[in-house]
Amino acid sequence: MTKNILERRPRSIDLRRKIFDRFMLGVLGFFAVCAITPLVLVVGFLLFKSVPFLTLDFFINTQAPLGEEGGGMFHSLLGTVQLLVIAILLGVPAGILVGLYLSEYPEGFWPKWVRFCADLMTSIPSIVIGIFVYGVLVITMGGFSLLSGGVALAIIMIPLVTRTTEEVLKLVPQHVREAGLALGISRWKVTVMLILWGSRKSVITGILLAVARVAGETAPLLFTAFNNNMVSMSLTQPVSSLPVQIYTYAITPYEEWQTQAWIGAFLLVALVFCINVAVRMSMRSRLVQT
Amino acid sequence: MEKTLGSTQKAYHWLYEWIKKYQIEVRRSDRIFYTLVHFFSILFFLLLCLLVWELYSLSRPAITEFGSQLFLSKDWNPIDDNYGVLAFIFGTFTSSLLALLIATPVSIGVALFLTEVASLRVKKLFSFLVEMLAAIPSVVYGLWGLLILAPFIRTHIQPFLQNIFGEEFFLFQGPPIGVGLFTASLIIAIMIIPTIASLCREIFETVPRLQKETALALGATRWESISLGVLRASVSGVFGAVILGLGRALGETMAVTMVIGNRNDIALSIFAPAQTMASVIANEYNEASGLHLSSLAFVGLALFLISFSMNAFARLIVYRYTLKFRAKV
Repeated sequence: MTKNILERRPRSIDLRRKIFDRFMLGVLGFFAVCAITPLVLVVGFLLFKSVPFLTLDFFINTQAPLGEEGGGMFHSLLGTVQLLVIAILLGVPAGILVGLYLSEYPEGFWPKWVRFCADLMTSIPSIVIGIFVYGVLVITMGGFSLLSGGVALAIIMIPLVTRTTEEVLKLVPQHVREAGLALGISRWKVTVMLILWGSRKSVITGILLAVARVAGETAPLLFTAFNNNMVSMSLTQPVSSLPVQIYTYAITPYEEWQTQAWIGAFLLVALVFCINVAVRMSMRSRLVQT
Repeated sequence: MEKTLGSTQKAYHWLYEWIKKYQIEVRRSDRIFYTLVHFFSILFFLLLCLLVWELYSLSRPAITEFGSQLFLSKDWNPIDDNYGVLAFIFGTFTSSLLALLIATPVSIGVALFLTEVASLRVKKLFSFLVEMLAAIPSVVYGLWGLLILAPFIRTHIQPFLQNIFGEEFFLFQGPPIGVGLFTASLIIAIMIIPTIASLCREIFETVPRLQKETALALGATRWESISLGVLRASVSGVFGAVILGLGRALGETMAVTMVIGNRNDIALSIFAPAQTMASVIANEYNEASGLHLSSLAFVGLALFLISFSMNAFARLIVYRYTLKFRAKV
C-alpha cells in the first residue's frame, strides 16, 4: 500500500531547507526587535530619570547656582521658542517660494539643478552650517546672538520646506490648474490661491516636520547663539536653547544638573513626538476623507 | 506713419522686443511672480555658493600655512600652532564604518521584515517605532549614551571581551573608560538604522512582485523567494541606501561628541577614545582663534566636501537603480 504524496514523510533535503527558512525568518524578526530595542531603552531611561524629578520650578525658574534648590530651564525653553520664531520667519517664506518655483516650472536645466542642490543641502552636517553663519554673521556682529542662531536654523529649514512643498504641490492634478486658467484667473493667483491655499494643510504639515527636526539641532547653535544663563529678549545677545543647555548640563559631573539635562531631554523628545504624532494623525484623517 | 527713431531708442526697442519674445508669462502680475520665484531660487543657489566660499575663506590661512601637511600629519597642537587632521579622518571613517557594519544587517533585516514578513498591524506599529527612532534628537542620544551606555560598556562589555581575548589583544586593549570609538559607533549605528531601513523599504517595495512569485512557483521556500526574488534584484539600490547611511553617519555631531572621548590621536583599540571631524569642531571651536580656528574651519570644509560627495554618489546609485524598473520603450 503506497501512500499518496500528501501522506509521505518529507525527505531530509526539504526538512533542511524548511529549517533554514524558519531560521532566517526568525533572524529577520530578531533584527526588527534589535532595531526597536534602543528606542525602548532610550525612552524608558528618559522617563525613568526625568519624570520623578519634574517640578513646576523647572518651567518657571532659570538656572540656580549649584547646590541650591529650584533651578530650572525656563530660559532655555524661551530661547528655543525665540530661535524657532526667527527660523520660521526667515526660512518658511523662502522655502515655500523655492518650492513653488520647483513645482510650477519643473522643466529645464535650472530647476533640476536647484532640486539637486536642495536635496544635497538637506544632508549637510549642521555643524558646517554653524561655521558658515559664524563666518558671515558672528564675526561681523562681533559676538554671538539670537539672530545668527535663528539664521543658522533657517538655513537648515529652507531645503526641508522646499522639498516638502514641492512634493505636496506636485500632488495636485494638472486639471485643477487648467480649470483655473480656463476661468481667466491669472497664473500666479491659480498657483497661490488655488493650489497652495488648497493644500495648505499638507504644507503646514511639512513645515511642522521641519520645525520638529530643527528644534532638536544643537551643533549649529554652539557657536552662533552660544548659551546664556538668563532670559534674554535681545536680538543681538546670545540666547540659551533647550538642546544646547542639555548638552552643557550633560557633560558636567554634577547630579542635579544631569537630572535637569534628563528633564530637558524628556521635554524635547515629548515635543518632537507630539509633532510627529499630530502630523501622522492629520495625514490619516485626510486619507479617510478622500 | 512711422516715427524716425534715434539709435538709443532703436536699441531700447530692440531689447524690449527681444525680452518680449523670450518671456514666459504674458500678464504683468504673472511676470512679477515669475521673476520673484526665479529670484529666490537663484538666491538659494547663491546661498550654497556663499557657504562653500565662506568655508574656504575661513580656512585659507591654515591651507596656506600648512599645505599638504594638514592632511598627512596627526599632530594637533594648539600650543605650538601645528595642525594636522589625520587623527580626525581616522576617527570619522573608523567610527562610521564600524557603525555601518553594525547597522546594515539590522536595517536590511528590518526592511525585509516590514515588507515581506510582518502582518498589517505589526507593520504599522513597527514602522511607526522606526520613524520615532529617527525623530529623537542627536543630543538626547548623546545624553543616553554618555550616562547609560558608556557605564554599561565600561562595567560589562569591555572587561568581558578582555577576559575572553586577553588583556593585550590589540583590538580590545586599554583601560575600561566607557567612552571611545566603540560606544560612538554603536550610537551612530542606532541613529542611521532608520535612514537605511526606510530607503531599503522603498527599494524592496518597488521590486516587481513577479520576481518573488516566480521563485515561489519554482518551489522556493519563503526565505528563498525573498533572497532570490527581492534581495538579488535590489543589490545596487541597497548599496545606495548604505552609502546614504554612511553620509549621514559622517555628519553626526552631538551624540558622537559626547561619547567619543575626545582624544586627538590614532589608536588601534576600538575602546580607545578618539576624535572625529565633527566632534573636534564642536569641542574646540568656541575657544579657538587665529590659526587654530582656521584649521577647524578647514576640518569643516573637508567634512562638507566628503558628506556632499557621499550623498551625491548615493543618490546617483539609487537613481540608476530606479532606472532599472522603468518601462522599456
